[in-house]
Amino acid sequence: MSTQPDNRRLVRRLIFSCVLMFGFGFALVPLYDVFCEVTGLNGKITNTGPVALEGPDLSRPIKVRLIAVHNEGMPWEFGPVDGLIETHPGEMKQTAFHATNPTGRRMVAQAIPSVAPAEAAQYLHKVNCFCFEQQTLLAGESVEMPLLFVIDRQLPEHIRSLTLSYTLFDISPEVSVAEQAEKEQPL
Amino acid sequence: MSMLDTTLESPVHEHHGPAKGLGRWLFTTNHKDIGSLYLWFSLLMFFIGGCMALMIRAELFQPGLQLVEPGFFNQMTTMHGLIMVFGAVMPAFVGLANWMVPMMIGAPDMALPRMNNWSFWILPFAFAMMISTLFMDGGAPNFGWTFYAPLSTTYAPPSVTYFIFAIHMMGISSIMGAINIIATILNLRAPGMTMMKLPLFCWTWLITAFLLIAVMPVLAGVVTMMLMDIHFGTSFFNAAGGGDPVLFQHVFWFFGHPEVYIMILPAFGIISHIIPTFARKRLFGYASMVYATASIAILSFLVWAHHMFTVGIPLAGELFFMFATMLIAVPTGVKVFNWVATMFRGSMTFETPMLFALAFVVLFTIGGFSGLMLAIAPVDFQYHDTYFVVAHFHYVLVPGAVFAIMAGAYYWLPKWTGHMLDERMGRLHFWLSFIGVNITFFPMHFIGLAGMPRRIPDYALQFADFNMVASIGAFIFGLSQLIFLWNVIACVRGGEKAEARSWEGAEGLEWEVPSPAPYHTFATPPKLPEALR
Repeated sequence: MSTQPDNRRLVRRLIFSCVLMFGFGFALVPLYDVFCEVTGLNGKITNTGPVALEGPDLSRPIKVRLIAVHNEGMPWEFGPVDGLIETHPGEMKQTAFHATNPTGRRMVAQAIPSVAPAEAAQYLHKVNCFCFEQQTLLAGESVEMPLLFVIDRQLPEHIRSLTLSYTLFDISPEVSVAEQAEKEQPL
Repeated sequence: MSMLDTTLESPVHEHHGPAKGLGRWLFTTNHKDIGSLYLWFSLLMFFIGGCMALMIRAELFQPGLQLVEPGFFNQMTTMHGLIMVFGAVMPAFVGLANWMVPMMIGAPDMALPRMNNWSFWILPFAFAMMISTLFMDGGAPNFGWTFYAPLSTTYAPPSVTYFIFAIHMMGISSIMGAINIIATILNLRAPGMTMMKLPLFCWTWLITAFLLIAVMPVLAGVVTMMLMDIHFGTSFFNAAGGGDPVLFQHVFWFFGHPEVYIMILPAFGIISHIIPTFARKRLFGYASMVYATASIAILSFLVWAHHMFTVGIPLAGELFFMFATMLIAVPTGVKVFNWVATMFRGSMTFETPMLFALAFVVLFTIGGFSGLMLAIAPVDFQYHDTYFVVAHFHYVLVPGAVFAIMAGAYYWLPKWTGHMLDERMGRLHFWLSFIGVNITFFPMHFIGLAGMPRRIPDYALQFADFNMVASIGAFIFGLSQLIFLWNVIACVRGGEKAEARSWEGAEGLEWEVPSPAPYHTFATPPKLPEALR
């Protein structure tokens, strides 16, 4: 039968599409982040670093609620210094979260922020945030972690209050594994 | 017929019967042998998954915890789903395709017979691995068949790694099966059989095979990401490391929604053969059937987030996915209309395959309607993760996909075995199944609307009566499947001799070869019969 070469070509193409789709599955990961960034969905904050101040719009009071959440099994004491902040679009505000490690061992934590409503996420500029880096606390140690933010003047009119929430994750196991690996590989 | 007789004795090809002993089944490259292997395997899985379902229903017979530990209950819901989806329904369709596609298009065998053997023989190992997790420390996967992260990563039992590799193997098997079916249908059709003369079972399977090729690799990707999160310290789905658990749901349902059409499109094909046969009319609207199937397949890629209305997608997203989902009702409605129009003023008889096909049309439509209700984003917040969802997808999968498989099995059994089935036992099986399935799943609509959550071993007292009814129905349905097993075995062993055209109104190349179909058919391409020209 003369179909043998046809089969081969077709099978090659089909296998190639499979490999392509396998890659596409992984491509969805960055695509998902890009999509969230473009649309501002998901409450992920992407505007970080220094910002050009345009002066506050005093006609619009904005309430910002700060919330601290412990991820499962995270023993730290963790909370905002000030639970409710009154601010205006374009105004730079400084506040802080405090954290205490009540355990008897050194621990490393990572805070992950989220904004509600998600629509507001892209208008929240974080000039400086403790969530940019990992926090290491020795046994019994306490720390005050600064947060410096500005709300964009472009914030849609109908948003009068927003919530900034931090979830604190215990990443000590992951970090100790990485440190161990570094120790075993002297440079 | 004379043409076929000469092909059978043709000296050009060396004809031989099947090999003897176990080796015949291990090394076979014959599409009929492999089709039988697939079908027996899926029947075995159907009974194993069914026993798990009965364990679930036995526990839910009364409120409170009576029979099994909650952890084991979760393992049962998970394994029941996985085994039924990947072990029973999908292999059954591949088995039917192996048996019927080459005979329907006048091909001597599948295009890639050795790969065919391989794609079947991976499956028993995959499922042995998956079922073995039940006996491991920490138990089997317990996170639901949708295996949402972080339940399936951070909080998973250690056996999850076996589950991941089992999924990989099933995926490889499905992909090879799909490649084989595409190559067969595109390259091995008899002369004169143009694409628009292709029997509908082949058309629906061709489209299904493309869906498989598009989404099974994505499933492989998502379980690979899980594997890396669990063992290699990546954070695809781990928020602490910058990942996102919601991403899991997006990737999973990008596979998962086309997957549910993979489990129903071949069923549409089977029904489109059976109804014309027993209505003794040609199928109404052949071309619109083909286009409707293709539209359903294309739309299936655009609706995945309707499984995730409650994760917090924005209004625009909810509206898009809501309307896109409802759009699917249009091509599906075309199909149901065509089946009904085929029966209209036909001279119908009600043999067992036709009974199952009719039940399919009615009950699948009920499942479609509850699907439309679930598609309405604002009310989905109430239905989400309740027994209403369970009722919906069991209506489209049990009296949908499973009834269609049974209809197909009864319809083609005379061709496979050379014997007509015991019509009386077939009808008994049908009526017990029909009644059992409705007693089981219809009350679930009510308890779901009233708020009973799925995947929980205990429930509030007000759900007690309907749960008891559902459990009784489940045992009726489950036990009546033993009649099916009896029927198949009896039909293999003996019975009234079947003619080549086993059913009066049957059309198509598969009815031109003798019953039972000889080990090798269409060694030379056949001439199309009058009806297909």
